[in-house]
Amino acid sequence: MVKEIERAGIPVVHMCTVTPISMTVGANRIVPTIAIPHPLGNPALTLEEEKAIRRKLVSRALEALTTEVEDQTIFEV
Amino acid sequence: MSYRVVHYINQFFAQIGGEEMAHVAPELREGFVGPGMALSQAWKGEAEIVKTVVCGDSYFAEHEKEAKAQILEWVKAEKPDMFIAGPAFNAGRYGYACANICAAVQEELGIPVLTGMYEENPGADLKNKVLMVATANSAAGMRKAAPVMAKLALKIMKGEKLGASCEEGYMPNGIRVNFFEKERGAKRAVDMLVKKLNGKPFVTEYPMPSFDRVAPNKAIKDLSKATIALCTSGGIVPKGNPDHIESSSASHYGEYCIAGVDDLTADTYETAHGGYDPVYANADADRVLPVDIMREFEREGKIGKLHDYFYTTVGNGTAVASAKGFAAEYAQKLLAAGVDAVIMTST
Repeated sequence: MVKEIERAGIPVVHMCTVTPISMTVGANRIVPTIAIPHPLGNPALTLEEEKAIRRKLVSRALEALTTEVEDQTIFEV
Repeated sequence: MSYRVVHYINQFFAQIGGEEMAHVAPELREGFVGPGMALSQAWKGEAEIVKTVVCGDSYFAEHEKEAKAQILEWVKAEKPDMFIAGPAFNAGRYGYACANICAAVQEELGIPVLTGMYEENPGADLKNKVLMVATANSAAGMRKAAPVMAKLALKIMKGEKLGASCEEGYMPNGIRVNFFEKERGAKRAVDMLVKKLNGKPFVTEYPMPSFDRVAPNKAIKDLSKATIALCTSGGIVPKGNPDHIESSSASHYGEYCIAGVDDLTADTYETAHGGYDPVYANADADRVLPVDIMREFEREGKIGKLHDYFYTTVGNGTAVASAKGFAAEYAQKLLAAGVDAVIMTST
């Protein structure tokens, strides 16, 4: 799906936990996330701590969207 | 004396449980477990499964290093003649685990390996490195897959030469094997042409390599003026799943309006995805589709606007061709709506 969005001309960032699969699929901008059932959260934390992590991850995704890349790039958090 | 095999399977095939147990760490069991029985039977005493490694799919994906180290230690101690994983059919994390643990055993311990999975499984990316049998896309294909894997494994353990992929049932791995065709080339070419002209299916003898890569688009210059859309393969839907998106092998996607929605709650949204433990996403769907934070950024002026619609489907066993079709269609809607960039989340 990321590839089709990219093909349509829209820059896209893929946020996922198993980044090797994202590489296989052909995403160009990739942000690694926390865990498969809760990529953008962590139920072990308090709601506020969880939001802080989510804020950090989404900020990183936005940074990826504002960064020029030539090849598949993983934006470590 | 029969050949000794160590077999790798996931928590589901070991009957420990489904997604709610996908986090379990590797364990070692005596003899065969689950699908190992079909392999053992096919070997008729010529080979046996001495140990079975069981590992949760999420555990392997999230703790790959630790899982590999532990499993390699066990396999090393066992000194088997062969290591077999799966078959994984179209289970993405399972296929990924099978392919990668096979690669590790082959490289680090020099033990021959074999796995099996559906050709669209992301694990099949390693087919040039790890010998894998092409299977059906669901466990219903076990009866067909097990004898092919058992036969191939026995051949390898006996040190026999393997035939071409089309004869043995493994996925083409880039190694050319010569064999004699019954018909001469000219006749085969004409037969193929006649089939093509009649619109009948035919199989090329020289498939073109497919490098389907799309070059990255230009970065967003000014986030504060950009409209950003959220999309997901994690199956987030309004509570009750109004469009009945299937929990696996989704046949369609959903388009839902989130104008005025500040936060996804347990009362309003849930996941339709059947391929991961839904407890966390059902309790707070922002953990998969971060609407709350995007709204925050919108209020702060960090981004121009969160697009009024999000697009969602279930990426569980969904055919690549279907996913491609969904996104090709909604990408045009996003374009028409003037969306500047997309955040896609996956579970």
